[in-house]
Amino acid sequence: MTSIAEELGKKQKEISVSEFFERNRQILGFDSLSKALIVAVKEAVDNSLDACEDASILPDIRVTIDRLNQNEFRVSVMDNGPGIVRTQLPNVFGRLLYGSRFHAIRQSRGQQGIGISAVVMYAQITTGKPAHIRSKIEENDVSNDLLLTIDTKRNRPVVVEENHIIWEEEGRRVSHGTLIEFDIAARYVTGRQSVFEYLRSTAVVNPHARITYRDPEGRTTAFERATQTMPPRAVEIKPHPYGLEIGTLMNMLSGTEEKRLSSFLKNEFSRISDRVAKEICERAMISPDKKPREITLEQARAILDAISSTKIMAPQTDCLSPIGETLIKRGLKNVLGSLRPEFYAQPVTRQPAVYNGNPFQVEAGIVYGGELPVDQPVTIMRYANRVPLLYQQGADAITQVIENMDWRRYGLEQRGGTGIPYGPAVILVHVLSTKLPFTSESKEAIAPIPVIMEEIELALKSCARNLKSHLNKKETKGRASAKFDIVSEVIPRIAEKAASVLQKPVPDISRTIMKIMNVIYVDDELSYDQKKREIRGKVRLRNYTSKKQSLKVHMMLPPENLDLKSIEPGPASVEDGKVVWEIDKLQPLQTVELFFSLRDVEKDDYTENEIYVSDINPLLVLGAEPLPGDWGIRAFEVEEEEKEEDYDSQAEGELSEE
Amino acid sequence: MRSEGEPVKKLTEIAEQIYGQIEGGEIPKMVLPLRTKSNIKFDSKSNVWKYGKATGVRSAKKTVGAYMLLRTMYMLEFINSMIKEKKSSTLREMYYISEGWGKAKFSTQDESDKLAEDLEIITHCLREDFKLRPEEDGARVIGNITIEETDRKGKKKRINCRDDVGDSGYSIPYNVEKEKVRFVSVDADFVIAIETGGMFDRLVENGFDEDFRAVLVHLKGQPARSTRRFIKRLNEELKLPVVTFTDGDPWSFRIHASVAYGAIKTAHISEYLATPTAEFIGITASDILNYDLPTDKLSEMDIRALEAELTDPRFNDQFWKNEIELMMKNGRKAEQQALAKYGLDYVTDTYLPEKLTQAGII
Repeated sequence: MTSIAEELGKKQKEISVSEFFERNRQILGFDSLSKALIVAVKEAVDNSLDACEDASILPDIRVTIDRLNQNEFRVSVMDNGPGIVRTQLPNVFGRLLYGSRFHAIRQSRGQQGIGISAVVMYAQITTGKPAHIRSKIEENDVSNDLLLTIDTKRNRPVVVEENHIIWEEEGRRVSHGTLIEFDIAARYVTGRQSVFEYLRSTAVVNPHARITYRDPEGRTTAFERATQTMPPRAVEIKPHPYGLEIGTLMNMLSGTEEKRLSSFLKNEFSRISDRVAKEICERAMISPDKKPREITLEQARAILDAISSTKIMAPQTDCLSPIGETLIKRGLKNVLGSLRPEFYAQPVTRQPAVYNGNPFQVEAGIVYGGELPVDQPVTIMRYANRVPLLYQQGADAITQVIENMDWRRYGLEQRGGTGIPYGPAVILVHVLSTKLPFTSESKEAIAPIPVIMEEIELALKSCARNLKSHLNKKETKGRASAKFDIVSEVIPRIAEKAASVLQKPVPDISRTIMKIMNVIYVDDELSYDQKKREIRGKVRLRNYTSKKQSLKVHMMLPPENLDLKSIEPGPASVEDGKVVWEIDKLQPLQTVELFFSLRDVEKDDYTENEIYVSDINPLLVLGAEPLPGDWGIRAFEVEEEEKEEDYDSQAEGELSEE
Repeated sequence: MRSEGEPVKKLTEIAEQIYGQIEGGEIPKMVLPLRTKSNIKFDSKSNVWKYGKATGVRSAKKTVGAYMLLRTMYMLEFINSMIKEKKSSTLREMYYISEGWGKAKFSTQDESDKLAEDLEIITHCLREDFKLRPEEDGARVIGNITIEETDRKGKKKRINCRDDVGDSGYSIPYNVEKEKVRFVSVDADFVIAIETGGMFDRLVENGFDEDFRAVLVHLKGQPARSTRRFIKRLNEELKLPVVTFTDGDPWSFRIHASVAYGAIKTAHISEYLATPTAEFIGITASDILNYDLPTDKLSEMDIRALEAELTDPRFNDQFWKNEIELMMKNGRKAEQQALAKYGLDYVTDTYLPEKLTQAGII
């Protein structure tokens, strides 16, 4: 009698990859009808973006979803990519696990998904209809137009119908591009996990792309391009030996064309020199000349041990292509601008780091205020290699870091100092890597690996500090404008009214005003000259105290844009963007103005001054923060506040009786 | 009421003070007694609760303070002009007058009413001296008492509050001082001040005033100043004992407090408004149990009100402590009209006679 295992084994052999997926659709992410639409759009859009970037074309992608009946939709995605040559066309769309980047070690969107062919297959299974594919490369005059199905047993594409047609869209000849169109069983939903949200999130981190979307209700949304600059191309690299797994090593050993173990190590991995290869062989006690194919499992284990005890240079990190601080800000502005947020914290792109031999990098941004909802948990936008993650938020490393930070210190509400904070904010985190660690095959959440979480936390803290500084500034401005209102609007009128009741001349109010303000008031403004691409900044200090005051004013300005000649009056020092002005003996009610210019900048590149003061009691300055570490340099001179109860802040409600 | 020269002089002093502060390079400010629960003290001379010694400062250093000082200037200018032109305005009109003050206009009428009270406190005048009057009328009175009211044309009218009035009774005017309302004669034994209109009407319909020789006064919830002043005059000048008859809930306790002890908000004139000998006859928390009355559950607001009363010095005696704690323990309150559970005559035939006997009134 044959064992059950053997029986199963026989059956397994007969199941092709396609058939296996057909029976386990949840692995492809098709575990629910509402998810199916998003997965389908995502695969097609990721393909289009990758194709455009490979060919250095600014992507222009059009997504259309039409409702055919209650549970059937036609999805159509068209791009302006380079097109696909006829011979590859059926394989790209009709064969699972086929693709150029399946074995490449490189940051790409593609590694997230199971590929567009799985979508074609899902469509075929659920509606029985073939997919419609059209593609044109620039060199050809006509496009290839195919109807395609998949032979799931053999995992082979079947071209049902083929035409060569002249491709026109809106009356214009298409020069190059690809269109895929298919019918699938799905459910259309709106909200946080919807096609719209997916495309909107995609647009934020792909500011170089133009994406238009027509939903089943016929509404069209266009996410316009926010930059004309392509993201730098991600470079393909060889795997780094750290973090190598035994199975992978065995595969590589049997597949290599190298004849000797030492040259295998040197040529199939990055950061292994002749010397390092020799050291590994010595430690593993295997001859460097041994044929890789003859290495046994035991020897492979010895090689892994040897690798982990050998000092090898960290992997190269130039293979990563972050979005960058400027473009994250632009992307966020472009997509969230209609909500008029009051503040975009300066985004942060961390230096690349390494986990398990894989280079990775973290970027973060925070948007605050405006019409963002106040009394709800903040919106978290998670990205992996520029692809939005919409599902399994709770399991994600990004979410866990956010939940474990104390956001109350940064001006957001958070009960007990843990959990997702509340407030009008959007937190964006992008993790990119040549090999992203996911919690599961469906690749919906980044695994909580300690080094990655550390980097995420550092990035978020830096953004959050920037947010806090903004909120502080806002508060100071509020206090300052309240005082201004008192001295400029109220006091003069009190004086006038009192004088008119008494029929006396209006008294001089200047000493009263100084007593009320009792600060040096700092305010600032920025203006942008579109033609010159120049930001001009002005900082005004007015002494509202009754004594003359001396102090230093410090500003941190972007050194690459700062025009040294524009700084007025002559600063005490300028060093790497750090400008210090020394103000000597500013008389009561006297004003001094400081100027600077930033050249070759966009309006949004520099939107808020950070002004610090030193060599003065910080309580005497309103509108600037004390230079960190400068407290207590001079003895405080503020007059003792009289301890008196404020009559107008008596508890309301106590007077509830007539 | 004082002569017209006095309030003008007092108001001018306020302007002089502010003017002087600005001239001297100071930040304008005014010092006022704190009008809080913790700053009312029992005055054993007058047996009422008045403001204590704690003071607060209204300073132009703060936005609210600055605006209140500016409004003070506007208000006293307006009052001076009314006195000069022999006009008067309601408190509500006063509030609307501020529409013309630009950014200094009041945001609520509460604000303007409170400022009028502040001026009373500083000047020791009454708001009537400033030609400001409340727009609400006082409440109603039914009973065998004859008064003489000087009407708007200066004619003196004699009114018997039982025979010369309809079923809604005599309406207390906002000014009940001697020059306006004079007591001519009375043939009654006590005054019963009733919180709700429904109960007032029940007592009228049942002929309680005649059967028990009582003067019925409708309080209309928290009683207006004139109602309280009227009750005090009945008590002081006609020597009529006063009892209050209210719902059995935390807010009604405060109604009694404002009649008998003086209200926190008007503690500067408690001596003039409060009737220290007024007795609370119900509905008490014990009545709810003893008479097995239909009840409602205390709301969260109710519970907070009771908690506040436990730290209110006016309720700091054994009777009130027991009542408040009992109500909190039971978690229930009852309306005075809940007595109708036992029939429409129960209140006049049984409840009130029992309670009034206990109180030694009848």
